[in-house]
Formats: sequence, structure tokens, C-alpha cells
Amino acid sequence: MALQEFAPIGAMLLFAIIVASIVLVISRIFGPHHPTFRKTAPYESGMKPIGPGTRRIPVKFYLTAVLFIIFDVEVIFFFPWAVASRELSLLGLGVIGVFTFILLVGFIYEWKKGGMEWE
Amino acid sequence: MDCSSVVVCDLLRSGGMDPGLAMFIALLLGVVLVTTIPLVTVIFLIWVERKVAARIQDRLGPNRVGPFGLLQTFADMIKLITKENITPANADRVVYNFAPLLSVVSVVLIWAVIPFTPYHIGTDLEIGALYIVAVASLGTLAIMTAGWASNNKYALLGAFRVVAQLVSYEVPLVFALLVPIMLAGSMGMQDIVYAQAGMWFFFMVPLSAVLLFIASHAETGRGPFDLIEAESEIIAGFNIEYSGMKFGMFFAAEFIHVFTNAVLMAVFFFGGWWGPGALDAPLLALLYLGLKSAVIYFIYLWVRNTFPRVRIDQLLDLNWKFFVPLSIVNVLVVAFVLKILQELQIAVPLNASTNFLATIPMTVVLLLVNVAMTYALIAWLRNRGAKARQVDLANQHEDIVVAGAAGD
Repeated sequence: MALQEFAPIGAMLLFAIIVASIVLVISRIFGPHHPTFRKTAPYESGMKPIGPGTRRIPVKFYLTAVLFIIFDVEVIFFFPWAVASRELSLLGLGVIGVFTFILLVGFIYEWKKGGMEWE
Repeated sequence: MDCSSVVVCDLLRSGGMDPGLAMFIALLLGVVLVTTIPLVTVIFLIWVERKVAARIQDRLGPNRVGPFGLLQTFADMIKLITKENITPANADRVVYNFAPLLSVVSVVLIWAVIPFTPYHIGTDLEIGALYIVAVASLGTLAIMTAGWASNNKYALLGAFRVVAQLVSYEVPLVFALLVPIMLAGSMGMQDIVYAQAGMWFFFMVPLSAVLLFIASHAETGRGPFDLIEAESEIIAGFNIEYSGMKFGMFFAAEFIHVFTNAVLMAVFFFGGWWGPGALDAPLLALLYLGLKSAVIYFIYLWVRNTFPRVRIDQLLDLNWKFFVPLSIVNVLVVAFVLKILQELQIAVPLNASTNFLATIPMTVVLLLVNVAMTYALIAWLRNRGAKARQVDLANQHEDIVVAGAAGD
């Protein structure tokens, strides 16, 4: 049964979380704990913090993330094909070729439009 | 799962224990063991890394605590545990405290599908490779949330860079992983190891191995790609506000991740535990895997300590304009050549009983195709570089002419 294979992973997830939590709790017990205003202030190379610490993400980083999402969704379709590719005939290769061609057309369009230029 | 296939379970049941309970205890023991291996290895790895880095920089490295400084890491751990855990004001407390935990858990979980020997593996998932890709990307999430939740500008800059870097390099990484999957015809980790019984995949598709190697460097945020914690630019990046053991957990997670990548390289391209006599002696198999991983880990350290840091625009250009198209073309070329070899009856099915000699014709053809591709790439890059230099020279010449006209 396929689902049973995942049981050890679930157990491992739990165990890893418990171990990591124990380490954090131990350090909380053995370490001092005296928070002061200066100590909890955000670190800005010894200067007084200016403005908020969280700001909006610049568009260029956002653009890269969007580009990644396109490819990450496409790449999932390659996995089943890669597993079966040795049993598939030449037709299978042709089909994935068409799929990649459509992907690459978008990729080249993005490139020529300057979506990959940094600033 | 079957009780008779697990040694501990069989032993307990023969002692008169309920089979269900025996299975449960065996499962628990296995889980504890597989989780502990990376967590204990990392203590040793930190020492190795410091020693190797020191030698490369013509220093001695840690040599005071214990023989050869072997106990240095324990001293560091005690120090980290007795330090104060500071949560900065205005930080997102839940996310801030959860991020170091997530970063450790995500790397440890990868070890669930790593085949140690023919008979010892956490769980031999049919979708092992896909599972690795999925779980490893959780670590990216941990770093991103850590930078965002710290309420610090440097940490935020680190988080931005994570978005750009770690996320981008996942594309060539996954495409490079597709090639061994395609050759083995399976995503199961044991199947991939068995498929290399005749020949290591490295000799068939070295280009994919190099792609995976470079992309995994960027994925761990080290070596020439340590932009997310660039000390000279953004101090420590995402982990700037972390102190004590919370910082220690990010530190440990990074080291485990690098070693995990070395082990994965060994499994995907260098035959994993496969070696002469490995099927009969599990300990020998474990030794093979350890040796291969250690050599690859050393190369990781070597690269890290040798190359200067790249700029972010260079980093993204390299990925999107070079690695991504190259990795896609690489997958299709290997698939095409493999298909032709199959049609010509040259390609042999790769499994545990594959003969070394039988794989030679197919290896030679695939290797030649890879070499040809690499040669074409280098020629193209040299051509591009030469053109860029000519433009530079022309600009310089213009500058001199202008300066001369101004009477300097």
C-alpha cells in the first residue's frame, strides 16, 4: 500500500520537531534571559533604527519569483514523462518536444522583452 | 511493510511480542536512527569544514580542544546553549521562533529516502526524487520567513535575495535531476542506485552532474553564491537577529544541507552504495557511500574557499540566461539520443543485473554527445566574451581620445 510508505516520514517529522524543540527549550533554561530596550532593538550597525524594519519587496525580486513559478509548474509535467520515457515510443518524445517548444516560446519572449534584465 | 523484512521486528516477535507492537517499536527505532545520523554527522562536519578552510587559507584551524581540536564543536555547542535567546522587539514572534526549527526539520527529512545500504533505507518511496525536491524547498521557506519576521533591514535584504537566488536555482536543479531519473526509468532512490550497477551515471551524463553540482551550491547559499548572508554587504543577512541556539540551528541546517547534497550527488551520479561486494556486506556498502560523499563534500569545501562571491545581477543572468535554457536542452538531447540508441538496439535496460561491458557502447555515445555539447557551449561563451571585450576596448579608446582632446 502506497500510503503506508509515508508513515515513517510522518513519524520522522514528529521526532525531528521534538528534538529541535528540546534543543531550543534547553537553551532557554541554561541561557540568561534579561531583555532590555537596547538589547531588543533591531540591529542597524549601532545606529538608531530609521523607519520600519519590514518594507515592500522591490518589483525586480517579485518578477524573478513569478518567472520561477511558471517554470516550477511546468517542470512537474516532466517528471512522469522522465520516468516513462524509456517505454514510450518516438511519439512520446515528440509530444514533450512540442510542450517544451511552447515553454521556450514564452521564455524567449520574456528574455527579449527584458524581463530577465537586472534593472 | 512486512514485519519479516525488518531485523529488529523479527527479533522482537520471536521473543513472544505482539507483531503489531513489534512493528511499531521497529519503526520507532528506525525513525530515531535515521533522524540522528544527520544530526550527529553535522558535529563532525563543522570540524572538517573548519580544518579544511584553515588549511586552504594556510592556517592550522581548531587544535586546542581535544585531540586535533575534535572537541571544538562540543565546546561551541555548550557556548551557544548558554547564550541568551533574544527576540527583537516588533518581530513576528511565532514565525521568528518557528523558522530555525523548520530549517533543521526540512533538511533532516530528506534523509528519510537516502539509501544507506541495499537493505537500509528510511522508506523507499516510489517518488523519492520528487519527495527530495519538495522537502528541500521547505528550507528556502524557512530562510525567507526568518528574514521577513526579524523586523530588521539587513535581514529583509537577505530575504529578498533568497527570493531571487534560492528560488531561481531550483529550476536547473530539478531539470538536472530529471536526467538520472530518465536513465533509471524510476524515481525510487534504490532503483536509481541499482540502475548504476553497470556504469555510474556520471560517465554517461557528466553535464547534468555538473549542473546539479553548481545549482546545489546556489541552493545551499554557500561558496561563490553566499549572497543571502554576504558578511561584507548585509552583515549576516537573514540570521542577523538570531542569537544562541536559534542561530546554531540555522548554522547546523546549512552544514547538514551541504552534506546531504554531497550524498545526493553520490546517489544520483556516482552509484550510491554500489561497489564490489556491497550486496553481501551492508557495512561495506555504507563505507562506499560514505567515501563517495566525503570526496564530493571535500570538493564543495574546496569551491567555497576558492571562488570570490558573485554579484546578484551576474548570479541571475547566469541562471536564467545560461543554466535554465541549457538544462532544458540537456534533458531533451539526452532523451533524444537515448531514444535513438534504443531504436538501434544499443541501449541496454539499466538494472541490478546489468553488465559493465554491456553498458560501454551506450556510455560512449552519451559521453561523446555530452562532450560535444560542452565544447559547443564553451566555444559560444568564448565568442561572446571576445565580443564583450572588443566593445570594452572600443569604449576605452574613445575615453582616451576624449581625454586627449580635453588636453589632459
